Order: sequence, then structure tokens, then C-alpha cells
Amino acid sequence: MFESVNLLTGALAVAHGWIAVGVFGLLRPNSVRFVGRFLFPLGALGGIVLAVIALLAIQGPIESVVLPLGLPDLPLHARLDPLSAFFLFLLGSASAGISIFGAGYFREGEGTAPGLLCLQFHVFLGSMALVLMADDAYGFMVSWETMALSSYFLVTTQHRIPEIRRAGFLYLLLAHLGAISILLCFGVLQGGSWQFTFDAMRQAQLSPAWASVAFGLAVVGFGAKAGLVPLHVWLPEAHPAAPSPVSALMSGVMLKTAIYGVLRVSLDLLHQPLWWWGAAVLALGLFTALYGVVFAAVQTDMKRLLAYSSIENIGIIFAGIGLTLLFHAFDMQALAGLSLAATLYHCLNHAFFKSLLFLATGSVLHATHERSLGKLGGLMHRMPWVAWLALIGTLAIAGLPPLNGFVSEWLLLQSFLFTPEIPQPFANMLVPLGAAALALTAALAAYVMVKFYGVIFLGRMREPQLAQAQDCGWLERLGLLWLAAGCIVLGLVPSFVLRQLGHVDAFLLGAAGEAHADGIWLLAPISSHRASYVPIVFLLGASVVVTLSVWITKGIYHGHIRRSAAWDCGYPLQTPRMQDTAEGFGYPVRHIFEPFFRMQRKLPSPFDTAPRYRVIVEDWTWFGLYLPVARTVLKTANLIGRLQQGRISVYLLYSFLTLVTLLVIVL
Amino acid sequence: MSLTGILTQLLGVAVAVVLAPLFLGWVNQCRAWLSNRSAPPLTQPYRLIRKLLHKDAVIADSASPLFRVVPYILFGAMVTAAAIIPSLGTNLPFAVAADAIALVGLFATARVFISLAAMDIGTAFGSMGARREMMVGFLAEPALLMVVFTASLICGSTALPTIADTLAGRSLAIYPSLAFAGVAFLMVLLAENARIPIDNPSTHLELTMIHEAMVLEYSARHLALIEWTSALKLFNYVCIGFALFLPWGLARGEENPLALLWALPLLVLKLLLAGAGLALIETVSAKLRIFRAPEFLAMAFMLAVLGLLVRLLLGS
Repeated sequence: MFESVNLLTGALAVAHGWIAVGVFGLLRPNSVRFVGRFLFPLGALGGIVLAVIALLAIQGPIESVVLPLGLPDLPLHARLDPLSAFFLFLLGSASAGISIFGAGYFREGEGTAPGLLCLQFHVFLGSMALVLMADDAYGFMVSWETMALSSYFLVTTQHRIPEIRRAGFLYLLLAHLGAISILLCFGVLQGGSWQFTFDAMRQAQLSPAWASVAFGLAVVGFGAKAGLVPLHVWLPEAHPAAPSPVSALMSGVMLKTAIYGVLRVSLDLLHQPLWWWGAAVLALGLFTALYGVVFAAVQTDMKRLLAYSSIENIGIIFAGIGLTLLFHAFDMQALAGLSLAATLYHCLNHAFFKSLLFLATGSVLHATHERSLGKLGGLMHRMPWVAWLALIGTLAIAGLPPLNGFVSEWLLLQSFLFTPEIPQPFANMLVPLGAAALALTAALAAYVMVKFYGVIFLGRMREPQLAQAQDCGWLERLGLLWLAAGCIVLGLVPSFVLRQLGHVDAFLLGAAGEAHADGIWLLAPISSHRASYVPIVFLLGASVVVTLSVWITKGIYHGHIRRSAAWDCGYPLQTPRMQDTAEGFGYPVRHIFEPFFRMQRKLPSPFDTAPRYRVIVEDWTWFGLYLPVARTVLKTANLIGRLQQGRISVYLLYSFLTLVTLLVIVL
Repeated sequence: MSLTGILTQLLGVAVAVVLAPLFLGWVNQCRAWLSNRSAPPLTQPYRLIRKLLHKDAVIADSASPLFRVVPYILFGAMVTAAAIIPSLGTNLPFAVAADAIALVGLFATARVFISLAAMDIGTAFGSMGARREMMVGFLAEPALLMVVFTASLICGSTALPTIADTLAGRSLAIYPSLAFAGVAFLMVLLAENARIPIDNPSTHLELTMIHEAMVLEYSARHLALIEWTSALKLFNYVCIGFALFLPWGLARGEENPLALLWALPLLVLKLLLAGAGLALIETVSAKLRIFRAPEFLAMAFMLAVLGLLVRLLLGS
């Protein structure tokens, strides 16, 4: 076995190795070959190593080290405990697939030079690892800001396009609003000791009121990064702007660092959660989930659709955190452990299937130069690799058994079923509605994913030039395969994963919170009498029936097949334009959930010679929240600006007046 | 895993696969009688399946491999579902593999696959049917889940055999929460199985169909499997209804195999009554406009949530 201190050293080495790989990219900044064939695969190797280290560290003892880095009196503290090990595993395993894909993806002449891109990409990876290992507020904030900045540069890779610069600015703005909030949160957490190590924060005794303030600041700060409504507005702008591997990394991995932050603050640094924290986060999470999925259903840009779907998944994860806090506050540790395991499981699942889908959209984008769903279709015939691998991601994200998305949803629904045991009537009432909202969200997610997959890959090609689309290269296939395999494995061996998550549970909630998993294959979190799920047997049963039915129908009868034109009730004139568009497919949701949207419709009159139909669906939060705030800020700035006259005599007058006022106060 | 268990399991699946088309034939017969027509024979669905199996399959030029594998996946999913549902006895070894939530997930898988297959050809009707099916699905699925939750809160388990076993063991009393859930379940059953008032299984009027629009392009053995799957789905739903609301007469626990002999005729009796009731509902109600369907399903959802609240707040 490894020496325990070596694991932390190893993880730190990987993080710095990533940054070094990035710097190597500057050696030959314009060589796609060097960067793609050498540096990116090296980064992927780093990811695998990190995942292995994290897997070993998740059960091991807590390790910490004081690094001889940083400012004179502020050394950096690093620590590896089960919570950070879990998130490091997520980072390493998901980023390995993304890096391999990225090796084949980045091309010449697309914005930033490949060497520079390589630097930004690997600094981004390294800073995420450092965020997860930081053990003091100082190191955490430095890594957090490095992460924000490097991802900002990655989002604006194609910086010559004004919309992309705007999207990047919006992202940077919200990232910094969040960072301020996190900084204030740490300020409250130190509790008067002025020690900013996490250890000091654990010792600090906060009154419930101050603890609530710290918790609220953490939710706002990390929520801005994760995309909680109403702080979600940057996601649907930044994801379409960023190159696909970057979107995959941001959505699949970076959002999870925010989840890590919330868990670290609420379960580790603060000891006793109040029950209403849980209720508030649960409500916020469920609202975010529903909001995200409803908006995803009406999107017409494939990457925006996935961005809204990320918001939905973050909502589900926050609902899980809320449930954990609720159970934890009432000292029901076994149930808190169950919902925490569900939450973490969903984080891991989302990292895999969302990265897979974002990368698949990247391949589609490269092959067709088209992001709009209205101009795609039928790519199953031209790009079978991407299509079949994306199908796995689609089924997984739709929460269908026996893939991974279903397992975490199943665990979360199971924890909801235990909420009647909560001895607090108010929280008790909230919960069935919560379960209903979660079920509705899951069902809507399936709707969204059928739309996503059906419109892009199935049907007939809506534009003639799609017939020239090429399937992706072998490196890209390898990346997609890695992630798809992850979705399958995580779906089929839930009890193994749950046992690892049990270590995190035990670390955060005490030994009583350890999640149970009976046997190797059987998943029965509380007792097998209560509920059980065995995906392997389930899959085997279904496959036996499928094989038998194929064998019987083909063997006993015959296998003749004829090809002919589609029948379609005998309509002779069928064009690809007659298929449902993305707008058409989203119509029922737009109709049923009308109050959610701000819609502008332009209908043609019967006398129009060239009738045009137009509908624009927008987010209420822009018009209800952001624009008024922006206007107020601008007005205030203008008022303050009046002070600025540009003449030195006026400024001297200001100084004189200030002095006089101060003297009056002092005397 | 006992011998009785394996016997109950295999017999349950075999009975489901064999009886499902007959049950559909029975519903059609009752519908014909109620509307004063002369009825087709009980075995009409079987004849249809046999006829289809003998034909050459015709597949559209634009079909992908996905289109061809979907019928088998659907059939596999529905037979797997039948293995989880306690139709004859509650001693089901396979049911450990999946509880009621997984069952709802299994139905969702089938729905997603058939919708993808419908979009695969790229015709106007196919994608329209897929969209409508998914619309019905996203409202019906949470309602079904809430119904299951109500029952599992009463029984303290989400495993369907355990639920049926617990409910069957109790004295004959009406739970108000289960009454709400029962109405919601009936509405979901009608919607999910493409029955009136949401869809009309005997229509091919283009603009109103949902299920039929999705399977327009299938022929021969693929269509035969899909028809069988639809029959099996209806049978499964009815059996879930029996397990949750009329669990009496099931062979419970480790009882001797002879209990199965008693459970089978009772199941047939229940099916005969349920089929007649279904036909009656379909005969006296009219098909809803497609945009009234969400209201119908939202009502089912609300009723199911109400049932859950009644259970939680009043404990009844």
C-alpha cells in the first residue's frame, strides 16, 4: 500500500503537473500536432492518475500539509480528506475523457492559438484540483479565482465575435459576484479568531444567527458558480460560446467544485445545521430543477439546451443537499447519509453524461458548422459513432434504468420516502410536494432528451449540406467511449460506488451516516425488504427476453426485409421540412408552462404574401431582475460621476471640505 | 429462492404473455357489444399477430438500425415489467432486481425508445406522435410515481410484491388516500395505454392519433411485436392496479404451489370485470381535444399528490 502522506503529495504533483503541461504548450504555440498528439494525452494521463490516487485516498486517513508557498505569514495549507478525494476522483475521471477528446478536437485557425489554449485548459484543470485540496481561505480563493479566470479565457476562445465577448463578460461578472460572497462567507466563518485556515474555522463557535449568515453567503456565492436560479443566467450564454471540450469541463466538472464548496461549508466548517437551511435549499433546488428543465424544453440551440439541462441537474443536486441538511438537523444520520450519497452520486453521474453530450455536440458542430437544432437532423446515418455513443448519454441523463442517471434519482426518491419520519410538521408537508416536483422534473428531462436526440440524430437531414458530414476521428471517439463506458459502469455497479461514498458519509456525518449496500450487486440502502435494485440482474433479464424474441420472430418465421419509401398514411409529398422542428417539439411545454416564459409572438395575418411566424422565448429573470439592477447601478454611477469635474481646483475643494468635516467630527 | 418462487415467477410471466392479447380481445368484444355491434372473436389479436408474423417486413429507406431494434427492446421491457408485477403470487425472486420506482423507469424507457423510433423515419406524423406521447408521458409518469409513493408509505416498502402482500393481509377497509390514488391511477392507465379519452386505439384519423401515429411505419414482425407489447402494457397496468387496489386472492408468501391454482381463476375473473369496466368507460366518454389532455393528466397528478398528502397529514 502507499504511504498515506504520499497520496496528498501525488495529488498535488498531478495538479502542478497539469500546469506544467500547460506551460509546455507555449514552447510551440502554433503546432496543433504537438499540442494535440502529445500534451493533451499527457493531461488525460494525469487525470487517470489523479482518479486512482483519489480512489485510494477516499478510505484512507485525512492528510494535510503546509506548503512552503504563498505570502510570508500566510503559508498555503493543503488537505486530502474523503470529501475532497471524492471530488478529485470526479475531476480526474471525467477530465481524462474530455482531454482525450480535446486532443482530437482543437483545430488550427479557431480563435486562440493551440499552445495558449493548452495553457489555459491545463491551468483550469490544475486550479480545480487545487480548489479541492485547499485547506485555508487564502489558498482556496486564489485557486478559485485562477479557475474563474482561466475558464473565462477558455470561454472567449473565439474572441473576435462580439457576442462571445459579451457572454464571457457576463460569466466573469457573475463569477466575481459569487467570489465576493464566498470571501465574505469566510470572513464570517473565522468567527473573530482572524485565522483563515479551515481548521480554525472548524473550531470557531458561531451563534446561530452568524452561522445562518455564513450559510446564506455560501449558498449565494457557490450558487452563482453552480447556476442556481436566479444566478443561472451566465450558463446559457457561456456554454454556446465556449468550445465543446471547455463546455464539457465547465458543466461536468467546474459546477461540481461549487457543490464541493457548499458541502464543505455546510457540513464540515459549520457543525450544527438548522432545519430551515435544509428546507430553504430544498425548495431552491427544486425550483431551479423545474425552471431549468422547462427552459431546456423550449431551446432551439443544442448547447443552450444542454446548459439549461445543467441548471436542472444542479437543482436536483441542491435538492439532495437540502434533504441531507434537513435529516442532519434532526439528527437522523442514516437518512442524511442516504441522501448525501444520492447527491454525490448524481454529481458523478452528471459529470459523465453531461460531458459526453457536450462533446457529442462538439463533434456535430465540427462536422456541420451548425448549432441550431432547426438545421440538423438525420446525423445517425452520417455519424454513427457519435450518434450511438450520444444515445447512451441521452438515455442516462433521461434517468432510465439500467444506466447511471436512474440510480441517483432512485436513491433520491428513496430518501424522499423517508421524510414522513421528520419530527417537524412544516418540513413534513413540504416534502411530498418536493417528491412530486422531482418526479415531474425527471419526466420532463426525458422529454427534453428525446427532443435533443431525435432532432439532431434521427429523422431526415433538414439541410442538404448535412450529407457531407463526417464522423469524428479516433481520439474523439476514444474520449466519447470513455465517458459512455463510465455511464454504463456507474449504472451497473451502484453498490460498489455506494460503498466508496459511504466513506464520505462517515467523514461528514459520523459513523452512523455510512450508507449501506448489501452484497456486491444488490443495492438496498436501508433494507432489502424496504427497497432493492439490482441493475445487473435487471439488465440480464431484459436481454434474455430481447434475445429470445429476436430468435423466435426471425428463426421461426423468416427474416425477409424490403426497403421502400416511407408510407406516412400515403401522403406522396414528404420533405424533411415537414418533420417536427425544435420549436414544434417544445410547443406542448411552452403551452402548459406558459407563465414561466416571457414570450414575444409575431403571427402572420391571412393577407400576408410572405407570411412569417416568429416567437421569441426569453427568461423572466433578465427583465425582472438583472436589467432593473443594471439600470440602478448605472444611475448611481452617473450620480457619483457628477463629482468628477476634471478640474484640479474642484478636487482640492473636495479635500478641503472632507478635512473640515472630519475636524468637526473629531473636535 | 424456493421452488415455489421460481414456479410463481415463470407462471406469472407466461400468463402475462399469453393472456395479454386475449385481454385486449375481451375489451374489444365488450366495446363492440356496448356499441351494439357484433363482436370480433376473443382471439382476434392473436390472429392479427399471426398474420403479421407471416408477412415480409417493409422498412422505410430513411430508417436507421435503431428503428429495427426498438420493437425487440419494447417487448423485452414489457416482459421484464411483467416479471416484477405480482399478478398471481407475491413470491417473486426476480422482483428483488427492481422495485416499483424501477418499474416506472422501465415504462419510461419503453416510452423513450418508441418515441425515438417514431422520429427516426422523419415523417410528419411520426414526430407529431412522438411529441404527443412524450407530452402525455411527462404528466402521467409523475402521477403514477405519486400513486406508488402513497401505497409504499402505507406499506413501508417500494417493492411491489411486498406492497401487495401487506395490503392483502389487511382487513377490508377503505383508505381515503388509496381512494384518491385509485382514481388517479385509473386516469393514468387510460392515458398511458392510448385509450379514450386521451387517444383512440381504433382510429387512424391523422390529426387525433398518438400511439398509432408513432407505429405507422412499422410492418410485419416488428408491428406484431409492437401490438403484443401494447397488449402486454395494458395487462401490466391492470395488474399493477390489482396489486395496489384489489390485492385479494394472490398467492402470498411461501404458501404451497396449490395456492397458484386458486389465484389463476381469480385473476381471470378480475380481468373479465376490469375489461368490461374499461370498455364501459371508453364507451360512455368522448375523446378529448389534444390540448385538453394536459388538464386531464394534471388532474390525475393533483389527485395523486392529494392522496399522498392525505396519507401524510391524516395518516389514513
